[in-house]
Parts: sequence; structure tokens; C-alpha cells
Amino acid sequence: MKHLKSIVPVLLASFLVFGCQNKPAPQNIVRLATTTSVQDTGLLDVLTDAFQKDGKHKLQSIAVGSGQAMQLGKTGEADILWVHSPDDEARFVAEGYGTDRTTFLHNDFVILGPAADPGKVNGTKKAAEAFKKIAAAKALFVSRADNSGTHKKELKIWDAAAVKPAKETYIEAGQGMSGTLSIANEKNAYVLADRSTYLSMKKNIGLVIVSEGDDALINRYSLILVNPAKFSKVNAEGAKAFFDFILSKPARELIEKYGQDKYGRQLFLYDYPIK
Amino acid sequence: MEFILSGFQKGITLIFSGNAEIFAIARLSLTVSVLATAAAVFVGVPLGGWIAVKKFPLKKLLIALVNTGMGLPPVVAGLVVMLFLSRSGPLGFLNWLYTPMGMIIAQIIIALPIITALSVSAMQSVDPRFYQQVLTLGASDWQAIKVCLKEIRLTVLAAVIAGFGRLVAEVGAVMIVGGNIRHQTRVLTTATVMETQMGNFDTAIALGLILLTLSFAVNMALTLIQQKKA
Repeated sequence: MKHLKSIVPVLLASFLVFGCQNKPAPQNIVRLATTTSVQDTGLLDVLTDAFQKDGKHKLQSIAVGSGQAMQLGKTGEADILWVHSPDDEARFVAEGYGTDRTTFLHNDFVILGPAADPGKVNGTKKAAEAFKKIAAAKALFVSRADNSGTHKKELKIWDAAAVKPAKETYIEAGQGMSGTLSIANEKNAYVLADRSTYLSMKKNIGLVIVSEGDDALINRYSLILVNPAKFSKVNAEGAKAFFDFILSKPARELIEKYGQDKYGRQLFLYDYPIK
Repeated sequence: MEFILSGFQKGITLIFSGNAEIFAIARLSLTVSVLATAAAVFVGVPLGGWIAVKKFPLKKLLIALVNTGMGLPPVVAGLVVMLFLSRSGPLGFLNWLYTPMGMIIAQIIIALPIITALSVSAMQSVDPRFYQQVLTLGASDWQAIKVCLKEIRLTVLAAVIAGFGRLVAEVGAVMIVGGNIRHQTRVLTTATVMETQMGNFDTAIALGLILLTLSFAVNMALTLIQQKKA
């Protein structure tokens, strides 16, 4: 107990010091709610380092699905969103939660499946056709099932295919993209994934692309500023700084370079016309 | 089988290559759990002693509640702390959500019932006549509780070990409250989950081995202190 007696004050003192150190001036913290694909590919780390370089802001990025990211925007929890769920984004802005929605980036979704291809999907051009074949073959399909942008896209394709997969063959993962891909990989199931996450995980999984290139599979990313008029605690200045940074040449260069050395190709295509 | 072996190999190489980021993650894990345990001990041990020796209405109910708290699911603690610390929550002005401070708060809530409950039962193993005797010698309530706690310090240390073990291994609350932000709130457990999901098993194994080693080192130290006193 004697030891403890001398240890406790020291610990508590460091506790206080530690606490203070980790409470930087709130106006310097920019809270970004974004999607797992941006984090899992590693792109976010690169951009975060570049953004924080000048020491003026600290980026706190919460990587969740687009649905949850917008939820964080709707409660004023985040300052800026980087999401990919166009229909929900439009609604989000229309309801007054966000401003300055700017689509700046795209890549595409791919339909992945086991190499054995039990649904004979390989080579199918139309995404909806591919889904129809998967359902008809009663092959396993893993869904994100987390209201993310990818999940919303998947539901849209099921709608377009006008079929419902049987319950026994439809696995709802409730996880991020990489977690869902891992499950699909273990279960030898079909799955809808964004190409960038797929490429970044390709070396770890055995699934192959069975359908790609359909216009319906385009994946557009947007930035949205959370409306400071609605939430007084939102760091509007910091959010704008990150917004301007992403829509700048240095960020464009980083994004366009990202993935070339590691994955042999660009992961995200930058399409915002910088003046 | 091969990928497991090569995972271990790469994991061990990764540890000995002195990867700065992995060590920063390990350091944060240790800091958060040690501080949370310390705070929970500071409050929980005297509180447990007090509950054990005092007679008051609904005492049994309180003890039952504390015992229930031992099984408090970390994700529930995390969720509640997250709601309170969020910007629109009552403690939002602290700006502790997604910071190590918030993670410590959540972990204190998880550890406090464990340490309190174990202290209660340890204290109840002391002969009540001993406590009364110290009181008759002119000690105040708290002085008497302190004397009794000294008698059972070995069992109290066991409570500390149990609390720390729970915290350092905990993943749900730190994931919700911390957000697994790189360089800021990423700890060993949340990093292990992330790397596993991404299929980077070697990194995940390295992180897991470090977690085990840390846990072992701290428990070894505590056990040595405990056994020296025995």
C-alpha cells in the first residue's frame, strides 16, 4: 500500500497534465466525418499529414459509413463531411444541414465474387443483370447493411434488378468496406465494393472482379460543409480550411499520385475543375 | 497454416524493427488504461471499504448494483459516454469526444464497479470487530477504513489487477468514444480490429503480441508487489 500511496499522486498529476495536453483549443480541431473507403485505402492519412503541416489545424477524422457520417452532420457533431451517397446528400443539403456540397472525386464500384463464379456472372456488363444472376443462382451475397454509400448503391441495384435475394443467401455484415470484404472472402460470396478498397486489399483476398464498367457503378464523392447557422459549435473556419485544401492543386496532386506506386494504378479520379 | 506462421514471423520482425507508429499506439494504450485504473482505484477502493463497513438503508441493493456493474458491457459504457460528451450532449463543452481523455472517462466507468465490488468483498472478509476496535482507539471513520484496507492490501491489489486487465483488453468503449483516429486515439485493440478487417494479419499479430506482452509485464509487476507483501 505504501508504494501505491506514492504512485497515486504521481499518476494523478500526470493524469491532469495529460488531460490538459489533449484538450487543444477547440477552434483548431476540424472534425471530418468520412467513409471507410477513404481511410482503409490510406489516402486519408496522406491528406491529413499534408493538411496539418502548417500547424494551424488538427484533423479529427471519423471513418464510418456515409449514412452515419451524415448522421454526425445532422447533430452538428462533425464540421465537414466527405461522403458518397448522392441521393442522401441532396436531401441532407435540402433539409438545411449542410452547404456547399461539392462533388470532386470519383471512382467506381465493382462486383466481386469467388473465382469459381457459381452464378456465372463473369463478364456481365449490366450491374442489375449481374445481381439477377446472383439471386437466381442462390449464391451467397454479403451486404454492408450499414446505411453507407456503398450499401445505398447496392440497394439501388437490387431495385433496378427487381429481384430480392433469398434471406438464407443474403448476409448482412453491418461493417465497414474492408470488414465486409473479409467476410465475403471467407464465405466465397459475391459482394459490391468500391474499387479503391478492393485494390488496397487485393493482395489479402481471393475474390475477383466479375462485373465492372456499368454506368450504374460510378461512385461519386462529395464534400459538404455542415451548416454553422444551424449548429453554433461547428468549426466553420476549420471546415472551410479543409474544404479549400481538398479543392486545391497540392491536394489534387496527392490524390492523383496516390496508389500508383503501391497498387500500380490511381485509386481515385479527381474531377473538380480547379481554377 | 503457412499464412499463420508467416504472419507471426512478419509480426515479430515488425516489433523488433522499432516501428515508431506501433510503439506510439502501444504507449497510448498503456497510458489510457493505467490512468483509468489509477483513477478507479483512487475512488473505488475507499468507496468499497466504506460500503463494506457502514450500515445504511438499501445497502444490499447498492452492493447488488455495484456487482451488476462488474458485468457492464463496455460498449454500453462507451455509448453513454459518447452521448454525454457529444457536442449536443450535456458535457459537449469539454470537447473530450474522440480524445484520449474521453477514452479514459469511459474506462473509469468500466473499471470503477469492478474495483469497488472487489474491495467491498475484500473488506467484508475483515473481522468487523477489528474495525470497531480501531474506532474505539479514537480513529475516525476514514482512518479506521484505511487501517482495515492495509490489512487486506493483497486482495485489493488483486482488484487492481482485475481492473487493469479488463481495461487494457477493452475494445468497444475506446472504439466508440475514441473513434480509432490515427496518431490521436488509435490504441492496440482498435488497431488490431482494423488491421484484421483489412486482412493485414501480420500487423494484427504484431499488435496482438505487443498487447499480450504489455498486459503480462504490468501484471507481473503488480504480482511481484503483491507477493513481496505476502
